[in-house]
Amino acid sequence: MAQVKPQIVFDPWNDPEAKPLIECRSITKRFGDFTAIDNINLNIYEKEFFALLGPSGCGKTTLMRMLAGFETPTEGKITIDGQDVAQVPPNKRAVNMMFQSYALFPHLSVWENIAFGLKREHAPKDRIEERVAEMLRLTRLEKFARRKPHQISGGQRQRVALARSLAKAPKLLLLDEPLGALDKKLRQDTQFELMDIQERTGTTFVIVTHDQEEAMTVASRVAVMDAGEIMQIATPADIYEQPNSVYVADFIGDVNIIEGNASPMAGGPEGAINIAYAEGQDPVQAVATTPVAEGEKVFYAIRPEKITVSHQPDPDRANHAFGKIIDIAYLGNISTYRVQLASGKLISATMTNSRRLTRRAFTWEDEVWLSWTRTAGVVLTK
Amino acid sequence: MNKRLSWFNVTSLSLGFAFLYLPMLILIFYSFNESKLVTVWAGFSTKWYVELMHDQPFLDAAWVTLKVAVSSSTLATVLGTMAAITLVRMGRFPGRTLFSGMIYAPLVMPDVITGLSLLLLFIAIGLDRGIFTIMLAHTTFSMCYVSVVVSSRLLTFDRSLEEASMDLGASGFTTFRLVTLPIILPAVISGWLLAFTLSLDDLVIASFTTGPSSTTLPIKIFSAVRLGVSPEINALSTLMITVVAVGVVSASLVSKRAILKQRREEQEGERV
Repeated sequence: MAQVKPQIVFDPWNDPEAKPLIECRSITKRFGDFTAIDNINLNIYEKEFFALLGPSGCGKTTLMRMLAGFETPTEGKITIDGQDVAQVPPNKRAVNMMFQSYALFPHLSVWENIAFGLKREHAPKDRIEERVAEMLRLTRLEKFARRKPHQISGGQRQRVALARSLAKAPKLLLLDEPLGALDKKLRQDTQFELMDIQERTGTTFVIVTHDQEEAMTVASRVAVMDAGEIMQIATPADIYEQPNSVYVADFIGDVNIIEGNASPMAGGPEGAINIAYAEGQDPVQAVATTPVAEGEKVFYAIRPEKITVSHQPDPDRANHAFGKIIDIAYLGNISTYRVQLASGKLISATMTNSRRLTRRAFTWEDEVWLSWTRTAGVVLTK
Repeated sequence: MNKRLSWFNVTSLSLGFAFLYLPMLILIFYSFNESKLVTVWAGFSTKWYVELMHDQPFLDAAWVTLKVAVSSSTLATVLGTMAAITLVRMGRFPGRTLFSGMIYAPLVMPDVITGLSLLLLFIAIGLDRGIFTIMLAHTTFSMCYVSVVVSSRLLTFDRSLEEASMDLGASGFTTFRLVTLPIILPAVISGWLLAFTLSLDDLVIASFTTGPSSTTLPIKIFSAVRLGVSPEINALSTLMITVVAVGVVSASLVSKRAILKQRREEQEGERV
């Protein structure tokens, strides 16, 4: 479908007039003494593809189960489409969920699995037929309608689960690690398929995942969670480029964290600071987005691909460091060099392999210069 | 590996089978005896079977036994399944350990004690003893067997299936009817069969709780044997062995075919 899409920026979270579809106000959930969710505030807007990302045990699944109605918050209020859902049981919510195990009914055929929800609302027979056919078409399962779940492959089961949860056209679809059981290649294909279906149906998706790549690929916004708290909510690009804490920076992708003491740079541009991180090394020149006090301890986070490796320092870049290559990870398209500075600090730098391997410019034990610009990294205070 | 049977294997196998089945074979053999004396062979005959068909007290007892077995095993299946669901699904409610212990206690309780205590209860509440009290007593002791079978199936049951059903708009009861029950049905049926056979051959509890008007087959056989074993009883026992054997063999064939079918379908699924 070669269709020209109008270039409209989708960012309802920046619009103060927009009304969120889901509002979580000071949600806390305790199981006995254990606090699974600690005072979370969250807005999710219509047509968003929202990802809850975090390590296992961070509370992301508990939060999702509260949206589905399988758990009730100990404190706080959840509203869906303006309605307080505290007293609404799962079978009365306009929310459907796709389970991690898919939870397909083993004794029913693919067709009957998809029709299950529609039959519960006593839809007329021809309406059910029509809707199920539509869902089968959407997920390309027409040929498998009469099969039982154990007669189809894992990828097809995943699509049946998706079709079943979309059949009732819910306002909100919750996906609990939907691609966890698929192998890597299939997972990547399915991610794009999910995005496509989300766009075509216009449903709001909330996905729970521990796979940061998956969250970055599919989501319009990502909430990074840790130990029952939300660390940061932002678009994938902002999460990657503007993390607000060392935890977020470290959780998403690879990062070098340089710990040092800040001092404002005399006569420099606004926010420019120097970070002294080791004796005998030039301080890192950086730009802080929030005011930093003289001598305050800061963390400078810089991604490996923002650092270039060369035989001579790059005069166009403000920051330089001299070191020795102690390790090279060759990944085909890119190579990651681990360079040890004089202070002993290890820095990773990634370079594109634009030349053939045999003609590589650097090898083990080579002494090289690392260069990066003033704005390449972010200054973090926690 | 040596696949041939050694003399040791052959001996232990034949000894085992002899212990298990020799008594029954002798019983079946003598049921076709012409003679009225049980242990003296006088030629082949089926006359004792014909005679059995005209023996009204035996037929009445068989009918009572069947009624008791069907009703008590059905009631025990309903109650046992409900108990199993409560124990497995409701989590840690207060008194759960006590409750589960009490469910399984009749498994190890001697029949004499169960029978006696039920008899005392029926006398205390003034319930006339008869077919109804036997039925109640059999339900009491066979319920725990059903509960054991069903709860072991429920433990391996994926909870998210029920959640998925609720999520798609089904109420708790609809979920049980359309999702839980169809999946645990094989366990429920084997629980029913277990309760049925337990009721069929129970002598001790039935004799405690029976009344003058209702005699079950085991009670009838037991009292008849005390007056001497007649070839008629051999014939009756042979019939019972046949019924049980046919039941067991067909049940195992059905489950074996179900497993083979599932395996075949799974292989087809992998080829897709």
